[in-house]
Amino acid sequence: MEGLSVVAANLKVFLQPSQSNNLTLAIFRELSALLFKYHDEFDGVLLAYNVHAPENKGRILPGVHPFIAVRLEAKLLVFSPKPDMLLEGKVVKVAEESIHVIVLGFSSAVITDEDIRNEFKYKTKHGQGLYVNRSNKRHVIKAGTMIRFVVKSMNEETLHIYGSLIPANTGSIKILEKSSEHTNTESVTINSTPKKRRSKEQGVAQITEHGSIVKDAPSHNNYDREIKKPRRS
Amino acid sequence: MQTSTKALSGAVADIDDLHHEKLLKAIFNLSLWNFGPDVIDALLELIVSLAASNGKHVDSCLDMLVSNFTPPNKVLDMLKQPRGLEKKERVLPRVHAALKNISELVPMAASRLSSIVLEQMPWKSKRNVDQWSMKRQLIYVENMFKLESGAIREFVGANMLKDVMNVLRDLDVAIGWDDILHDDSSKGVFMIELEDENYADGDEDADADGKLPSTLSEKSLSKNLTAELLDSLMVQTFEHLESSVSNKRLSEVFDTLLSSFKDTVLNTYKSKFTQFVMFYACALDPEHCGTEFASELIDMFVGGHNPLTSRMSAVAYLASFLARGKFLPPAFVASYLGRLVDWCWQYCVMHDGDMNPKLHQVFYSGCQAMMYILCFRMRLMVEIPLLKSQLFCMPIDKIFKHKLDPLKVCLPSIVEEFLKQAKAARLFTSSKTFVFEDLLVSNLSRDFGGLERLDMFFPFDPCLLKNADRSFIRPNYVYWKYVRTTYHEDIDDDDEEDGSDGEVEGAAEFDDDMEEVIISRSYGDNDLEMDEFDYAMNKMSITPRNNSSAGLRMPSRIRPSMSPESL
Repeated sequence: MEGLSVVAANLKVFLQPSQSNNLTLAIFRELSALLFKYHDEFDGVLLAYNVHAPENKGRILPGVHPFIAVRLEAKLLVFSPKPDMLLEGKVVKVAEESIHVIVLGFSSAVITDEDIRNEFKYKTKHGQGLYVNRSNKRHVIKAGTMIRFVVKSMNEETLHIYGSLIPANTGSIKILEKSSEHTNTESVTINSTPKKRRSKEQGVAQITEHGSIVKDAPSHNNYDREIKKPRRS
Repeated sequence: MQTSTKALSGAVADIDDLHHEKLLKAIFNLSLWNFGPDVIDALLELIVSLAASNGKHVDSCLDMLVSNFTPPNKVLDMLKQPRGLEKKERVLPRVHAALKNISELVPMAASRLSSIVLEQMPWKSKRNVDQWSMKRQLIYVENMFKLESGAIREFVGANMLKDVMNVLRDLDVAIGWDDILHDDSSKGVFMIELEDENYADGDEDADADGKLPSTLSEKSLSKNLTAELLDSLMVQTFEHLESSVSNKRLSEVFDTLLSSFKDTVLNTYKSKFTQFVMFYACALDPEHCGTEFASELIDMFVGGHNPLTSRMSAVAYLASFLARGKFLPPAFVASYLGRLVDWCWQYCVMHDGDMNPKLHQVFYSGCQAMMYILCFRMRLMVEIPLLKSQLFCMPIDKIFKHKLDPLKVCLPSIVEEFLKQAKAARLFTSSKTFVFEDLLVSNLSRDFGGLERLDMFFPFDPCLLKNADRSFIRPNYVYWKYVRTTYHEDIDDDDEEDGSDGEVEGAAEFDDDMEEVIISRSYGDNDLEMDEFDYAMNKMSITPRNNSSAGLRMPSRIRPSMSPESL
């Protein structure tokens, strides 16, 4: 799956003096408030972080409202799907007009009927809607199927993705993997395409069928970013 | 309507939020309460499809669903009638199912829901309560509890509970209790409560209009409605706690309540009744919730890093809880009292200074808490040999004879009552004479109490909300007039009051060798009859249960020293 990257970042967090008795907790709280939101600075959605404070102390910034500024080095897992990237997700609803998918458990994606290739035909079986491939009856997309689709666009504010099943390398992951084993054609893994080679340099994590992360690699990208000051309570 | 709605559902992907603004507005302004079940189903399918198809519609869809928590006014009027109930059963389960469906299709929607529910609350702080806002608020909170226990409780449940607690607290604070009843410093704390009890018991007929004693009927109507709304919401909350017990979710709910209590209610000194939510939750499960609550309070008190006022407030809550919780066995009370006494004694050892109310506020509040608990529980504790020996081993006399002189600083009425009981039980006799002249407060207690007057803070004083008290709190509550003290002679109690107020203090039961204490249960009506029977049987015996203390008396009613029994 594309769109995931691990980046190294230098951050600066501003903490309230009342949190000084437990800085670690305060730092985690500040960073956790950024999770599952799109950030321009990271050019993506922050999914996870691994942080340590190199100096183990923070400077007190003088002023009318003093804060403690703590420098941090962090590894951040960022999700930034771009158009034409391949994503994987679990189908939660199949209707005649659309297929609804959840990516990485938090992002909702929708593929409208216009973006589903003609190979797939909508059917109803046992009260449940599903899409069946005309040329391969075993290729079925229904609620619970893990599918691979191409990104058309993403709404950064709502983390809503619009996808497409037009390209031939999209559909049920299980069937696609099987057919790629059989035909021995270029598989859609990280190692084989130029696009994916670039992603590897950025440190792409490989996703298993169930969406868990199996490996990652450090990134050459360095971000020096300041986290915004905490909201006053 | 149904056909056009279904057709729209099929075309949601093509609905644009800018070009079709009027259409969307028309859809989102619909009230589901006006339609039959088929149309409601079609409409909800459209709403769910809209939310799933375009992230921009999610907020509006959630807004629309939450706005349907409350019906239009004409339905609001008949909610208690069969027609109204039928409509409610038709609409609300479907609305909640739609919320669940949206959360499944759009996971991030759940995080938006809590803030939308809070925004649309019918009653907000600093607003007047009228009949309409009261009815709307009641059904709205009912929906919040449904969310708390429903399919998406994992995402929104905690926030729903916290928001309900905040509403209760805001209503509580809106009722101005400052100028009633307890500002008469010529009466002691216990005397005032006795007057309250007799007043509340005897004047139910006079309470024709409101739920409050008639001293409050002079208040403006809005405040009475505020109290009525608070009363009804408290009852709803208690019922929700009871259903949590049946769903085996009480400990999960209690964790959230405790966290909300620490953040908001603990430091709100004007809160008179909201804290009874914690009280009732502990009554439903004394072993777990009661222990957790008391432990949290004592930890907060002894934790030196906590703010001063929070520590003093926490110990006041602990004292009031241990004194008033009828469901708390004496052994439980003794163990927390022991921790409190130990802390006070350690403080004495570490601070070898003279009396200084402002410098040692925390210490004096701890001492006052000790005395308050013992005023209520001393008799019970000395009647059990094991607890009596624990009590007599506690360094209580050393604390009260220390240079810091807590007896002079603490609230005079409490000191007076404590000394009387301690002398009768031979626990402690002061070498000095204190002349209090039945004062409630002194200048010194005012000093240690500070601006917030934490010297006079007894958070679990009797609940004056009629419905909440009568059906839920009263069976689990210790009233001062029923407390057996160590100094009263046992007399024949033929004139004992009957009925629902006839609770017997002394909730723990003993076996023959008095080594076990059974956790008390709250009394239902049937149990009350048995208790009165048991009580009558006990009265017949002229032999004390144990001979270890000469101060032991047979059970008797409190006779106020200055006033006649009934006012």
